[in-house]
Formats: sequence, structure tokens, C-alpha cells
Amino acid sequence: MNRIVDKQQLSDDVFRITFEAPYIAEARKAGQFIILQLDENFGERIPLTIADADEGAGTVTVIFQAVGKTTIRLSEHEVGDSIANVLGPLGTPTHLENFGTAVCVGGGIGVAPMHPIVQALKRAGNKVITIMGARNKDLLILEDEMKRWSDETIVCTDDGSYGRKDLVTVPLKELCEAGVPDIVFGIGPPIMMKFVAETTRPFGVKTMVSLNTIMVDGTGMCGGCRVTVGDETKFVCVDGPEFDGHLVDFDNMMARQKAYKKQESIARDSCRANSAAEAAQAAAAGKDRA
Amino acid sequence: MSEQHHTPEELATEATQLWETWGPLHMAGDLKNKDRRQIPQQEMPAQDPMVRCTNQQEVALGYTAEQARVEALRCLNCPNAPCISGCPVSIDIPRFVMQAAAGEFQESIDTIKESSLLPAICGRVCPQEAQCMLKCTVGKAARDPMKSVAIGRIERYVADLEREAGAVKTPEVAPDTGFKVGVIGSGPAGLTAAADLRKAGHQVEIFEAFHKPGGVMIYGIPEFRLPKQIVQEEISGLEAMGVKIHTNFLIGRTRTIEDLLEKDGFDALFIGSGAGLPRFMNIPGENLVGVFSANEYLTRSNLMKAYDREHVDTPIYNSREVAVLGGGNVAMDAARMALRIGAEKVHVVYRRTRTEMPARVEEVDHAEEEGIEFHFLSNPVEILGDEEGKVRAIRCQRYELGEPDDSGRRRPMPIEDDYFEMEVDTVIPALGNVSNPLIRQTTDNLDTNKWGNITVDEENRTSIPRVYAGGDIVLGAATVILAMGEGRRAAAAITEDLTAGRWS
Ligand SMILES: Cc1cc2nc3c(=O)[nH]c(=O)nc-3n(C[C@H](O)[C@H](O)[C@H](O)COP(=O)(O)OP(=O)(O)OC[C@H]3O[C@@H](n4cnc5c(N)ncnc54)[C@H](O)[C@@H]3O)c2cc1C
Ligand code: FES
Repeated sequence: MNRIVDKQQLSDDVFRITFEAPYIAEARKAGQFIILQLDENFGERIPLTIADADEGAGTVTVIFQAVGKTTIRLSEHEVGDSIANVLGPLGTPTHLENFGTAVCVGGGIGVAPMHPIVQALKRAGNKVITIMGARNKDLLILEDEMKRWSDETIVCTDDGSYGRKDLVTVPLKELCEAGVPDIVFGIGPPIMMKFVAETTRPFGVKTMVSLNTIMVDGTGMCGGCRVTVGDETKFVCVDGPEFDGHLVDFDNMMARQKAYKKQESIARDSCRANSAAEAAQAAAAGKDRA
Repeated sequence: MSEQHHTPEELATEATQLWETWGPLHMAGDLKNKDRRQIPQQEMPAQDPMVRCTNQQEVALGYTAEQARVEALRCLNCPNAPCISGCPVSIDIPRFVMQAAAGEFQESIDTIKESSLLPAICGRVCPQEAQCMLKCTVGKAARDPMKSVAIGRIERYVADLEREAGAVKTPEVAPDTGFKVGVIGSGPAGLTAAADLRKAGHQVEIFEAFHKPGGVMIYGIPEFRLPKQIVQEEISGLEAMGVKIHTNFLIGRTRTIEDLLEKDGFDALFIGSGAGLPRFMNIPGENLVGVFSANEYLTRSNLMKAYDREHVDTPIYNSREVAVLGGGNVAMDAARMALRIGAEKVHVVYRRTRTEMPARVEEVDHAEEEGIEFHFLSNPVEILGDEEGKVRAIRCQRYELGEPDDSGRRRPMPIEDDYFEMEVDTVIPALGNVSNPLIRQTTDNLDTNKWGNITVDEENRTSIPRVYAGGDIVLGAATVILAMGEGRRAAAAITEDLTAGRWS
């Protein structure tokens, strides 16, 4: 189960892994995610959005940035290895219809979860304009895939090393001023989604964001993933992950995401140190043999 | 409650002496009821409170053989056996207790197993004082069900004896019926249904959302109250019988009820998905950093073993002072877990008084011995945060008991303008659970009541042909023993219906 059949490194610390999960491949819809755990006894459970799936082959693809203990370890898995536990597909699928013109804003790794949504919007008959951003050219992912499915693609980098030297909100604002979008989708770091929502708010353009909070079960059992949306508390894993960006309390969400920050950075550092030590050992062993 | 702590050795010595006094008389058939009434209730040996609040090991250590036998001597063997009517699965209590008194421990556990599938678990977690012990004549005479014959402790003793000796036999499986039955959820309801269905000769497959089977017994109830090894043994037993368990399988998402019936060839399904949706109070500040549902807190610490900070990746919040809201088992477990994770001070805030607490009395006593502070007749109205969005305090309103209502219960009434603040950095609402809506939302024509519980007939059939349900998903948050009873009843109905061709 969950055997990895393909692995690509998309940028410095961004990886794409495809693994066997026939039921998930069959059932998944745009906007849904999985929860995985690498070690039954010691591992944590982390959510990752489904970036793609092939029902025929029975495989699911995730794209992730190796930034935490689990994602770093996952990036060390190779083709043929298995992921111990995978649960999915989770979450409520993206609400799809022909809205007219949909503007999809993906920032950083957020371009990955945007990919199936762009595909689905296109299939539903929308005109799709994609705005994708990254800090620099090397961190830009899935450009070809996004271009293939979008009617128009605007690429931004913070440092101007590729495309426009702008934050993604700048072209978004221009489009709103021109009255282009009927709906906006924003996925990326919380701060980016917050500003996407702020950008569209004055124009009254419906804006959906996809939240990636801390999760444990992913089935609505613990409430660890909860966010404040309007006056209500919602569970991201079952009610979401997509919500009306104009109603999400991003500040509360960002504070909640940092709840374990100190502990996580210790874990990550020790994990990095271990990997480094192992690499050094392997290198040393290699030298011995030579 | 907390009198002085008695060491297991002291208790064992005392029991040996008592047995020497009364045992031979009993064995000779000469022990009078008057004598039996004089025998003191055998205290459950426990880890020292000061030691146990820093570890995860089981608090209650279990009786010795003499303790079990002496305790059993207290049974008056009443002809009308009122205790049996207090047991949700009607275990023949006087019979197994008398067998224990006689030292016939194997016969004793065999008697229990005629009616109960999970005695080692139920002996530990059943609210006996509200069931069998409530009806016990000995307790009635003392006007205190806690003074009844400690039926659960004897049950635990005989169950553990068999278990620890590795003498538990894998039940026999009837010849293959050709029917295939799916069981959704692996809590006590699902496990019991699976066992009975498999015994009847059906092919049985369990679907469990989590990566480990066992339901609340694995993710909710802590190790210090119910060792996971015991639950694990039950599950291994099922596997040995040929039950297939699919973990990481969420019905309603990975596959729907309809898929299982239409595409995967299941002849019948049992839904035992539990009451897994945590309730919050809906008071201001509930989404601040440092507020965790008891489910989250306990899942992190039990299932994910976050207490083992050195080896485990799942983090748990570093708390100094904790307020747990609620008065049930869930609240007691969360409070005692917080202490074990390292909190300096743990408060339990409850709207009513100690007598109304739904938790098992033993757990409340244990919590108190461990130094947990109770604030009764207090109701949280707001959680206060600091500038970083973290919990800083909780504001509560004081209550008083009003006039008795129609049921004779004195309802707690808020006292106007009487508020107090408690400085805490963590708040754990433990207000119980309601049913998870996922299956309801993804299954057409499945009838539920206004609380979202699946409605069933007296034999646990749902509104959908071939689909049965039981346990917390039907009863609302209830108990292990009730869930087990429901699993049994549904399994019997499934077998009967399939054999009789009801659905063909
Ligand atoms: C902290 C805590 C302490 C408790 N203490 C006691 C006690 O001392 N004594 C007592 O008698 N009772 C106690 N209870 C209550 C008792 O645990 C429950 O009543 C009992 O476990 C219910 O059993 P069940 O089989 O109906 O459901 P559960 O034990 O809840 O099991 C349901 C299982 O189904 C799985 N599931 C849910 N939805 C799906 C789905 N869609 N697809 C696949 N799988 C799914 C869940 O992951 C879970 O494993 C306690 C409960 C809690 C939370
Ligand atoms: S992750 Fe537990 S409820 Fe959403």
C-alpha cells in the first residue's frame, strides 16, 4: 500500500511524490487533501493537498515543501518505498460551477493545491486567469502545468528574477479594477491569502481561500483545525478546507498555527542534524570504500 | 476522600489475614450473611498518587487472588440477584462472584464471557456504581453504592488472570456462510459486532478511519486507566479469527456506504462510528491559542503518544496552569493527563456539584488524590487572551443550587454579578461529544434524530435495508458496555436476517 512510484525535486526544497492509493485516486475531487503518517508509532499526522491523481493508474500525487520534520523525512523517501499511513480523500471538494471568469492566485507551494482547482474550473467552462508567484525564479513550480490549463497566466517574483517584479496582489488588483473576475481563488501562505482577500474586498468579488491548519485526525473528531469564519467556528478538515476569504479571521488562524512553533523548530533542527550526520557518515563510508 | 494511601503490600497482607479468618468458613458452607456484612470492602491497590501523576502507567494495580476472594465473600448471593438487572448485558453476577470466592477463577471468567465480550476492559471502565453496584443489596444497606460488592474489581481480576496466563482461547468460527459483512468503526460496538458476526461464519471486514483500531478505547481513554495492550489483545484475537481490518479508511470519503453495498459486494453493514464530534461552549475566546478540545488533547497524548516527547513527533502544548471544563470521564481523563504531561496546577470547573458529576466515582477520587482542584457551581463565560492571542485567564460565573425541579433535582442557577477570574494558560473544554455527521451527510435515506444520532429499530436496523447501527452513533455519547451490548444485538439481527433471507 501507498508505494511511491515517482519522485521529482521541483526546486531546492519542493518535491513531488506520486504513490499508489487506488481508492483515493478514484474518490478524490478538486480541493481535497490527504493525511499521512510516516511512522505508525512515532510519526505525526500531517495534511497535504492532493495535487493530482490518476484514477486509471490508481495513483495520487502530492507536492510539498520539506520544511518540517515529517516533510523533510518524506523528501528522503525514494521510489519503491511505502508511506506507512495515508487517509483520504478528506475535506469538502471545491464548489464548482461556471462562474464566468475565475482568477486563481497561487503563492509559493500554494500553486500545487491550486493545480486541480484550475483544471476543474476549466472543465466546468470557466475562463481561467492564473496569477502565480514565488520569491524567485528557482522557487516557481508547475508553470507549464498551470499554463496548459489557464487562458492567461501572470507570473510574479518578489525579486523580479522572472516575470513581473510584484506581489501577486498587484496584478489581482488591476484585474479587479478592470472588473474582470467573477470569482477569485487564493491559495498560499496565510499572509498572502489574507492580502488576497483584502485586495478583493473593496470590489465585492467573492474570494475563496484554502486553509491549511494544524490537524490531527482530519475527520472532524478533534477540533484542532478549527478557525473562526464570520461568527462561526468551522473545522477546516470537514467544513473546509475552502472558505470565504472575506469571513476568515486570518490573525487568529495564524496565531493558532504557531501554537507549537518552538517545539517544532527543535524537532526540525534535530531532524536536519540527523540527516546531516547520516549524510556525513555515508560520505565517510563512501570514502572508506574508495 | 483521600485517606492515607495504602501500599499494595499492606492491602495484600490484610486480605490474606481476612481470608484465613473467613475463607475456610465459606468453603465449609458455614459463613453467615451476618459475617459477610462484617468483611470490609477490599480497597483497590493503586500506585502512590505522588508517583503516578508523573507517569502513564495504570493507576489501579488490580487485586491479589486473596483480595478477589475476600471481596467475593461479601456477596450475599441474593436469590433475586438485583445486580443482574443493573448490568446492561445481564452478566450472571452472583454466579461468577461465587465462583471467584471458591477460587474457581476459570469458571468465573467463563461465566462472564457468556454475556460480555470485553471483561478486562469493562472491569476497568464500567461505571459500576451506576449499574450493578447501584442495585447490590450490600450497598443498599449501607446507603452507598460505592460500598457494594466491588463487582468490577473481581471481574477485572478473573479476566486479567486468564489474559496474563495467555489462556484466552480464540473463539471457534462456524463454517463459512458465504455472506460478507462490513463493520464501520472499531470501537467496542464494532469490535463486538465483528466478533459475533465472524463466530457465526460470515466473512467480516472492519473499516477504521484512524491508523490504529480500538476507537475511544485507544484514542480517548488514557493508558493510566486502560492499558492499550489489553485493547490490542482483543484486536489480535479478532484477527486470529479471520476478521480483516482496514485502517486509514474513512467511510463517507474513501468509500461510501453505497459503494460498499453496491460495488464491493457486502451483504450487510454495521455502523459503529461513535460520537466523535467534540462540543464547545460557544463562549468568547474559545479559538484562542491554548484552547483544546479534550478529544484533541487526549488524542495527541494517547493515540499519538505526545507525552513521550523524546521519541514522538506529535507535539503537545506546554502548559503551566490548566482549566478543564466539565465533570464527566472525559474531563477527568483530560485533567489527569494534563498533570502527567507536566502542568503545575490543574483545575476542573463544573457547573453542578460533586454528586452530579457523571464521571466514575473512582476517577474523581483518583483525580483528587493526585492534587487536581475542583471548582463546583462555576460556569465559564469567557476565555481571556493576551496580545499574542494566547489564553491568559478564564472568567467564570458562580452558581447556586435552586429549588428542586419536577424530577427532584436541584438545578444550578447563576448568581447575578458574581464572577471570578482564574489565571490559566490552557483551557480544555471536555463537554462530551455528539455524533460525527460524515456518514449521515454522505448517505441518502439514512434516518437520524434531532441530535444527529442514527435511528434504529429494536434490533438495530437503520432506515436503509441491510444497514445496521449501534453504540454511541445511536445512543449519543454513552458507555463501553452499552456499545458492546448494541454490537451484540445488531450482530444477532444481521445473522438472523441474512440466514432468513430477509433482504434477498
Ligand atoms: C475520554 C473518554 C473517556 C471515556 N471513559 C469511559 C469510561 O470510563 N467508561 C465507559 O463505559 N465509557 C467511557 N467513555 C465512553 C465510551 O468510550 C464510548 O461510549 C464507547 O467507546 C462507544 O463505543 P463505539 O464503538 O460506539 O464508538 P467509538 O469507541 O467512538 O469508536 C468509533 C470508531 O469509529 C471510527 N469511525 C468514525 N467514523 C468513521 C467513518 N466514517 N469511517 C470509518 N471509521 C469511523 C472512529 O475512528 C472510532 O475508532 C469515554 C469516552 C471518552 C471520549
Ligand atoms: S483535524 Fe481534527 S477535527 Fe479537523
